[in-house]
Amino acid sequence: MTRTILDPTSERNLVTRERVARPTSLSGLTVGLLDISKPRGDVFLDRIEQRLGEHGANVKRYKKPTFTKPAPVDLRHEIATECHVVIEALAD
Amino acid sequence: MSNPGSAPVLPDGIVAIVKRECETCTTIVPVLRELAGQVGLTVYTQDDPSFPGDPSALFDGDLAVSWHNDIETVPTVMRVVGGAEVERTVGWSRPDWERLTGVEGLGAGLPEWRPGCGSMSVDPDLVDELRVRFGASVLSARRVDVAEAEDEMEMMFNRGWTDGLPVVPPTEERVMRMLSGTTRAPSEIVATVPPDLVEVTVEKVAIAAVMAGCKPEYLPWVLTAVEAACTDQFNIHGILATTMPVGPVLICSGPGTRAIGMNSGGNALGQGNRANSTIGRALQLVIRNVGGGRPGEVDRATHGNPGKIGFCFAENDVESPYGTIAGEHGIEPGVDALTLFPGEGPRCVVDQLSREPDSLARSLAACLQSLHHPKLVLGFDAILVMGPEHARVFAEAGWGRDEILAAIGSHLNRSGADLVRGADGMAEGLPEAFADAPALPKFRDGGLLLAYAGGGAGLFSAIIGGWANGDIGSRPVTRAVQY
Repeated sequence: MTRTILDPTSERNLVTRERVARPTSLSGLTVGLLDISKPRGDVFLDRIEQRLGEHGANVKRYKKPTFTKPAPVDLRHEIATECHVVIEALAD
Repeated sequence: MSNPGSAPVLPDGIVAIVKRECETCTTIVPVLRELAGQVGLTVYTQDDPSFPGDPSALFDGDLAVSWHNDIETVPTVMRVVGGAEVERTVGWSRPDWERLTGVEGLGAGLPEWRPGCGSMSVDPDLVDELRVRFGASVLSARRVDVAEAEDEMEMMFNRGWTDGLPVVPPTEERVMRMLSGTTRAPSEIVATVPPDLVEVTVEKVAIAAVMAGCKPEYLPWVLTAVEAACTDQFNIHGILATTMPVGPVLICSGPGTRAIGMNSGGNALGQGNRANSTIGRALQLVIRNVGGGRPGEVDRATHGNPGKIGFCFAENDVESPYGTIAGEHGIEPGVDALTLFPGEGPRCVVDQLSREPDSLARSLAACLQSLHHPKLVLGFDAILVMGPEHARVFAEAGWGRDEILAAIGSHLNRSGADLVRGADGMAEGLPEAFADAPALPKFRDGGLLLAYAGGGAGLFSAIIGGWANGDIGSRPVTRAVQY
């Protein structure tokens, strides 16, 4: 006799999205730097901003209200519409 | 035998449902014989097709007739007109049988009245299977067939559905039985579960509760815990994702904790009690299987802690000299409630010598100061779980919750100069901006919670350390249990 059990998962069908092609150069592109509000993340991003400037990139800075929660929808939308590339500072 | 799921049509006339195992049924066989000669009689037998023999019976072996006619007692006698029941009586009662059948003088020599026996269709060992067989299924979860040669326990491990321990296979029978623990509809949405932000139904929570090993009467506690966890205040996403070793800790109180057999006494924070061990586990299985929160993926804990399998205990609110955490958060006494706290594993405070409250408050403060780091203050909450022998020291001095917390707090002030980065030769500490603060408390207002649990002997308390508190992290959430 076949035993049947119920699926405990969300039963979601994941959509696979194609990645945006990797840019060959950062020159003229807008790069977003997202500070997740962990201590010293700004130190890391300050240095990255300096180095990106040397490669001709325009840099925009963003910050999550708290590192413990996902970035708010509005912030994600803002970054997506204003930037070509984004770098996230994750660690302390 | 009827087609599964369809209700058999009853024949017109008098219908009796009996089983051989019932003494009253065997007693009234002569009455059935009398009726068979005078009225149109159909007898259904549940357990033995040869019973009663004379008159002969139809065998209700699959219990379809009994199930669809809500037979709870045998014998049941019904009068049926046009395929529909118009009247019934249960057990043996001469006046009732005579009125219903229209036949006088039934059962001469029998007692006037005999109670019936339980119908097989309400046998607790069969009812879940019958509900699945005959009831229109109210469950919408995908059915997964286990192959003949497949071990179902291994199959669930292989699919990543477990927390590393075996789980109870969530069959439809078990999930239906679990759902009997709540009045809420299986399709009702309970919460949106991080990290995948999936809406979870009562049914999916019941599946997790089955897998965790819960009994149906635990389900309202699990549902309430899921609701409390998936709030912006509690922030289960952050608690899951953090590198710190925290998980949801459930502190339960109210008469319902005793009704479901929770342990608030000896070893309350430990193993061995089914309710304590499975309610918290069910919440974590919802986060894992529905929310998609798994270690090594969104769960980035550096060490974790064994309580992340599930950490749930009850407060001894009957004997507590200072009430409960739920009471502190606005729940009336006598109301079943739970508080969710983002906690690490408990650790012990040993003070076997203090008999004066100030001495004990100092000991507790000294241990609390070191929570996460002695020089890190205001960022983390904690629960102090006092057992009877520590709590008694305060109770005998006439101290209540406020006095205890105030005294502990008075010994937890440190000057900013002692806490800043570099002080005491330790790089860790507060930013330099705090250097001039004359006194900084270890805990924010309301950040030290006081629980009463544990038991037997032992001049000990337990500290459960928290996680990033307040708006930047998590606030404890207290909810009354929704039945």
